[in-house]
Amino acid sequence: MSNPKNQARTTHLKELEDEAIFIMREVGAQFERPVLLFSGGKDSICMFHVAKKAFYPGKIPFPLMHVDTGHNFHETIAFRDKLVEENEVELIVGSVQESIDKGEAKEETGPDASRNALQTVTLLKTLKEYEVDAALGGGRRDEEKARAKERFFSHRDVFGQWDPKNQRPELWNLFNGRKNPGEHFRVFPLSNWTEMDVWQYIAQEKIEIPSLYFTHERKVFNRRGIWLADTEFVNRQEEEKLETHMVRFRTIGDATSTGAVMSTASNLEEIIQEVATARQTERGNRHDDKRSETAMEDRKKQGYF
Amino acid sequence: MSDKNGQSENENKYLDMDLLRFTTAGSVDDGKSTLIGRLLYDSKSIFEDQMEAIEKSSKSSGEKGVNLALLTDGLKAEREQKITIDVAYRYFATPKRKFIIADTPGHIQYTRNMVTGASTAELAVILVDAEKGLLTQSKRHAFLSSLLQIPHLVVAVNKMDLVNYDEEVFDHIVGDFRKFARKLDVDDVTYIPISALEGDNVVDKSDNTDWYNGPTLLHHLESVKVDASHNIVDFRLPIQYVIRPNQNFRGFSGRIASGRIRPGDEIMVLPSKLTSRVKEIVTQDENLDVAFPGDSVTLTIEDDIDISRGDMIVRKNNIPNIGSDFEAYLCWMGGENLELNKPYVIKHTTQTTQVFVEKLVYRMNVDSISREQADTLELNEIGRVKLKTARPLFYDPFQINQQTGSFIIIDPATNATIGAGLIRAGSTKSELDDPLVEEEELTDKDMGTGKSGRMNQTPEPETGSQAPVSPNVHWEPWNVPREEREKRYGHKAAIFWLTGISGAGKSTIAKELEKRLWDEGKQTILLDGDQIRHGLCGDLGFSPADRTENIRRVGEVARLFFEHGNIVICTFVSPYKKDRDRVRSLFPEGSFFEVHVNCAPETAQDRDPKGLYEKAKTGEIEGLTGYDADYEISEKAEIVVNTDHQDVKEAVETLLDKLK
Ligand SMILES: Nc1nc2c(ncn2[C@@H]2O[C@H](COP(=O)(O)OP(=O)(O)O)[C@@H](O)[C@H]2O)c(=O)[nH]1
Repeated sequence: MSNPKNQARTTHLKELEDEAIFIMREVGAQFERPVLLFSGGKDSICMFHVAKKAFYPGKIPFPLMHVDTGHNFHETIAFRDKLVEENEVELIVGSVQESIDKGEAKEETGPDASRNALQTVTLLKTLKEYEVDAALGGGRRDEEKARAKERFFSHRDVFGQWDPKNQRPELWNLFNGRKNPGEHFRVFPLSNWTEMDVWQYIAQEKIEIPSLYFTHERKVFNRRGIWLADTEFVNRQEEEKLETHMVRFRTIGDATSTGAVMSTASNLEEIIQEVATARQTERGNRHDDKRSETAMEDRKKQGYF
Repeated sequence: MSDKNGQSENENKYLDMDLLRFTTAGSVDDGKSTLIGRLLYDSKSIFEDQMEAIEKSSKSSGEKGVNLALLTDGLKAEREQKITIDVAYRYFATPKRKFIIADTPGHIQYTRNMVTGASTAELAVILVDAEKGLLTQSKRHAFLSSLLQIPHLVVAVNKMDLVNYDEEVFDHIVGDFRKFARKLDVDDVTYIPISALEGDNVVDKSDNTDWYNGPTLLHHLESVKVDASHNIVDFRLPIQYVIRPNQNFRGFSGRIASGRIRPGDEIMVLPSKLTSRVKEIVTQDENLDVAFPGDSVTLTIEDDIDISRGDMIVRKNNIPNIGSDFEAYLCWMGGENLELNKPYVIKHTTQTTQVFVEKLVYRMNVDSISREQADTLELNEIGRVKLKTARPLFYDPFQINQQTGSFIIIDPATNATIGAGLIRAGSTKSELDDPLVEEEELTDKDMGTGKSGRMNQTPEPETGSQAPVSPNVHWEPWNVPREEREKRYGHKAAIFWLTGISGAGKSTIAKELEKRLWDEGKQTILLDGDQIRHGLCGDLGFSPADRTENIRRVGEVARLFFEHGNIVICTFVSPYKKDRDRVRSLFPEGSFFEVHVNCAPETAQDRDPKGLYEKAKTGEIEGLTGYDADYEISEKAEIVVNTDHQDVKEAVETLLDKLK
């Protein structure tokens, strides 16, 4: 980014970036086998961008890890593969399909069937398999109530579980990454970023993002107020009529649970305008969070992202 | 795949935004959650679905209207118990600024959370319930804010609607707080009458408080200076990570703790003390001309020096303390009590090593701001301790440098973070007086009525705090840094603080010293007690409080001259160790020399150059140091001169030696 020459004044984006770089380097220094959890969404793309800066001119000293539900939008996978190839980074893929095939996870049934909960199984299994001791995630505290108290360094026990009552206090710039064998940390370098910050940063840094974030014509149907894309992964009910709309996605997750929003935003500036006036949080369009008021918190305790 | 970057004027708007981190504290039910909800709501940071969710919650728990407090209550258990049990972070932005709120609970037992939340804050909002007045709990929050050196405090007097927006109620609380704040080390306090529930003076100016001319809370949050706590003088870069992509590149990465750095600057590496120069400040975007505190940077240097994580890069002529023995204030956060001489782990900057707490000097009673004897610290207790580390640390006093003056303690058995520490100024050899804790044991009642010893001895200054900064005045970095001036003058800046009883010979030595320096072509200035008391401190008497204030002002003046590259000579009786220590703490290590000019009291009385002893003997004056008032000798004095045995020339030579 452009650097102020002789003045100490700094912008909020610069400060957030400096903080995230600091966290990245702590992870590089304090852990032996870290991974960067990469979903193909804008937060993990931002995180990847910051990681590159943190270790420049060296390479990012850890692999990316993607937990693939098998229900991803094609655009997401294509984007992921291109990014991996262009940056010559290692990619580890944990496959939910494989977990199901092996009987480690059981596919949900019914119209709302989603592989969201199953991701946890595959994630924990893959982390274990690669003996990962720190998994960098793109989680932000502004996303959801339960995240507001999340630490930068979030300790997980041997079962991958999070105990909200037993989190380590984090003071100043001092991050305690000590743990027992078998335990691991989730680390969130973008903790202090908001959705708006992420968009502004993407614009400032001219970061490439999947086309799903920009408006496009798509066949969608409405399920309890959420516009879902018509894909081979969703059990569309008979009464759920297909409509064609100009839509975009504010988050990119599983095609079965990520809702589209009506939008004409075709570039970053328009997206920022839209976010500035939006009256719904991005997670408001996540079908999985709507199931119960504390849905997110319950999933987190079990080891969700 | 797209790369659709919109480019326009608009896009650059956010590049001008900066960031303020603040913390909120209040007793249970003072309205903290409501206030935060109000800030988020009125600044339009709340989304419809969040609003819907809390409307639903409010309804299901049978509340009337929407409970804004629910916006900030995070975890399930808390929602059930309706209490906040941890630090939660909230975000909102206005066109001017992005805000991060560390929301900490007000429960008595959660000192630990307040300390955690406050550790990264540049401003603290302390809520006081207008109906209840200033309670112990708010004082505790103010004290912790002062201990943690938060540069700006806001006292938000809430629930003004319940007291009919009565100016007197507000003034009374402000008065109480001022009295209390005088004992603290807080610079900037702003008082705002609000109603979180009704929105008065939170975002918009209230019609109900015509008598209040100050800013609204949000306006204040938007305009207060950020980075006030940054130390831009003492360059410190704790090495975090070494980047070595190939044989030809070795970069040393870290976040600048303080000071600034440019390519070409001479540096020293600790602990090896090897010196070199900065070659480049490397980033992916472009190499930098200069880097500042808070910047995450990668430096390359001219020479091939072995540097690894935990080392520190500093300037050759400005190095931190290096040592394994030091004193600190320690806030205990562990479930198990502190055990003396048990091996713990300490994390300080990017170093991790073993540590023992050798001694608990005392425990602080946070409510009465007094000391107590104690054998251990329990969860949420704070004490002054002596520590010993297995490896030497590179540290500065917390007061001067928050990044190199702070540490955490980890239990090696559980890996939990069980303590947070602030390194004290001064050496570890002597039992110094505390800048933070009054000698007198004051009770709450005393504080409220101002009946205790010191309170009545000096007229109440309007700003109310001990080291005041006028409201809305903010520190500006030096235009020409001291180092530059020193380079031009050809010598380092320094300060000689000549102290001792009247007639000991301070002025005589000082004058001779100044002449010598002048003749050598040095940049120098003499600040003399009597001169200062004619103008700058003409309003002060000789009560302990006035003497303290006198020395405080002189210290600040001396600092200004010091920063302008002078060798400053001060001659002041300055009988209190504490006052001198406070002055010392204003200057970098190694540049302040306390010179105790001593002689037998009889000698001084014989000399009696100003006829003061004569006046004291006849009872014309009272409280003359060396006659009927004590002088506190300090073991820390860098130089002791005894004018019974040494002549002026000899004394001056001793002082000049220190500059070599
Ligand atoms: N009348 C009045 N009541 C308030 C005000 N602010 C908060 N309250 C009420 O005080 C109670 C405690 O508020 P809450 O925000 O939960 O307090 P907290 O414990 O400090 O977070 C609630 O019933 C609020 O509605 C105010 O400005 N005026």
